[in-house]
Amino acid sequence: MEAVQDSRRIRSAPWQETAFEWLTRGFAFLVFCILAAILVSLVIGGQATLAKYGFSFIWSSEWNPVTQEFGALVPIFGTLVTSAVALLIGVPVSFGIALFLTEISPAWLKRPLGTAIELLAAIPSIIYGMWGLFVFAPIFQAHVQPALVRSLGGLPGIGALFEGPPIGIGMLTAGLILSIMVIPFITAVMRDVFELVPPMLKESAYGLGATTWEVVWHVVLPYTKVGVIGGIMLGLGRALGETMAVTFVIGNAHQLAASLMAPGNSIASALANEFTEAVGEVYFSALIELGLILFLITTLVLALSKVLLLSLAGREGRRT
Amino acid sequence: MSSPEALYRSRKRTNFAMLAISALAIAFGLFWLAWILGTLLYEGGHALARAALYSQMTPPPGSDGGLANAIAGSLIIVAVGTVVGTPVGVLAGTYLAEYGRTGWLAAATRFLNDVLLSAPSIVIGLFVYSVYVARVGHFSAWAGSLALALIVVPVVVRTTDDMLKLVPNSLREAAMALGCPTWKMITTVTYRAARTGILTGVLLAVARISGETAPLLFTALSNQFWSTDLNAPMANLPVVIFQFAMSPYEDWHRLAWGGAALITLAVLVLNILARALFRKAA
Repeated sequence: MEAVQDSRRIRSAPWQETAFEWLTRGFAFLVFCILAAILVSLVIGGQATLAKYGFSFIWSSEWNPVTQEFGALVPIFGTLVTSAVALLIGVPVSFGIALFLTEISPAWLKRPLGTAIELLAAIPSIIYGMWGLFVFAPIFQAHVQPALVRSLGGLPGIGALFEGPPIGIGMLTAGLILSIMVIPFITAVMRDVFELVPPMLKESAYGLGATTWEVVWHVVLPYTKVGVIGGIMLGLGRALGETMAVTFVIGNAHQLAASLMAPGNSIASALANEFTEAVGEVYFSALIELGLILFLITTLVLALSKVLLLSLAGREGRRT
Repeated sequence: MSSPEALYRSRKRTNFAMLAISALAIAFGLFWLAWILGTLLYEGGHALARAALYSQMTPPPGSDGGLANAIAGSLIIVAVGTVVGTPVGVLAGTYLAEYGRTGWLAAATRFLNDVLLSAPSIVIGLFVYSVYVARVGHFSAWAGSLALALIVVPVVVRTTDDMLKLVPNSLREAAMALGCPTWKMITTVTYRAARTGILTGVLLAVARISGETAPLLFTALSNQFWSTDLNAPMANLPVVIFQFAMSPYEDWHRLAWGGAALITLAVLVLNILARALFRKAA
């Protein structure tokens, strides 16, 4: 009698048990579906352009709402150039900051300095944009750009990158501001992976008489190479998709220019500026297809970053 | 390379130079932070101190006004977005940490969630536009909240997952040993143990969406007037700041700086609060 009651009590639990498990599983599946849904909706939205141009949309530099001719080359170019500038400046600086915070900084300074750098990521991107347009660009135009033109503009090869009138806004300014914005993300990953280096390895190198820099360059960096690249990819993913900061300072000109000082356009800023004003089916779907291209590029970059970071973490697990 | 002495000195020099450069790098980072915050304080300080900022509506160009409707709109949109996104995130995170130790769904969701975490927010706005705004035919605060909720979800999933994993297994085993079913173990034991951590995630998510502009451009749009109708366009701080800052009017710029200072202040306070909570949790 008692045994029967007991088994009934045990059996009475399962419906909540299964319900709760399936509830959480359902929501996990929902998250899984969001990414797919975004992809599908963008593909459908961009159909009109895809049907009209096919893949030539990607390398056409035409962008004329009046004649309804559209190509993605200019925004893609601007996105890549600004992100490249951002990484060129952001990566060495982030490395320096991560190095300072993990190897040099006295313990009591680590937390305040680390927090301050992380706060750079907390500032909303529209603030970066506003500050860039009203404060940074005028100073940059008056003092830095003329100097760049004078010193680098005459050089063969890279001189072409620094030609043209200093107007303050443009791809270089956008890239610079992006570099400040990606620093906290890259730094955070670098700090995390630097902490993964077994102390034994570093101490062995120190024991052999290596300097701090030699330990970092010959021991820490080779050990964490994969993770560092993962961090850089994460920063790249952020830079590619950054919208508001770039929209304020890139100049929003549909033109292809070799000079970094020239105004340009990025995918995200074209969307922010033109989407609500777009008229006509082709214009609309051209913008949505731009969004699709951006989404595909960033997803690819971020997925790659994740794979790299996981592979470092995986090695960590196997080593023991 | 001639003598060991010279080599030693050159290595010391390189070391010193590199460490000095790394100290410069951190100064570089702090320099921008100080400059931006200083600018906000300087430009927005006056506007923040004026009571009109909080009591009057966004004005037409050339006349005096405040940001009351935008502040209220932002609060509403962010609140609805958080309320919609948080349960989804917590439950999905629960699956990852509690049930999904094995199996493809958890691994794949964890991976895609991290991608979603850094996905460009403007694409999320585009997505909500094409699946919701374009269908119903008008911009609305609901759409804005939906877009923000989609940004909240990955942040909350990630922190819930991480925080539940920090709960020691001995707690779970103790509950199980008392005959507690899994669902009850999760809701009464592990949730309680991870409560502060999960709350940190929610706070971080709120901080993240408070300043988001791009996803609101095509969804909530903006509104010049006071409106609490969630089914209509609603004013919100980020979009108002964007419009005002891009305008040629001096008094609109001043209001934009006030809004910018307000938003940054709120976001920084939320971040610091989340950090303090996290330290308590960990």
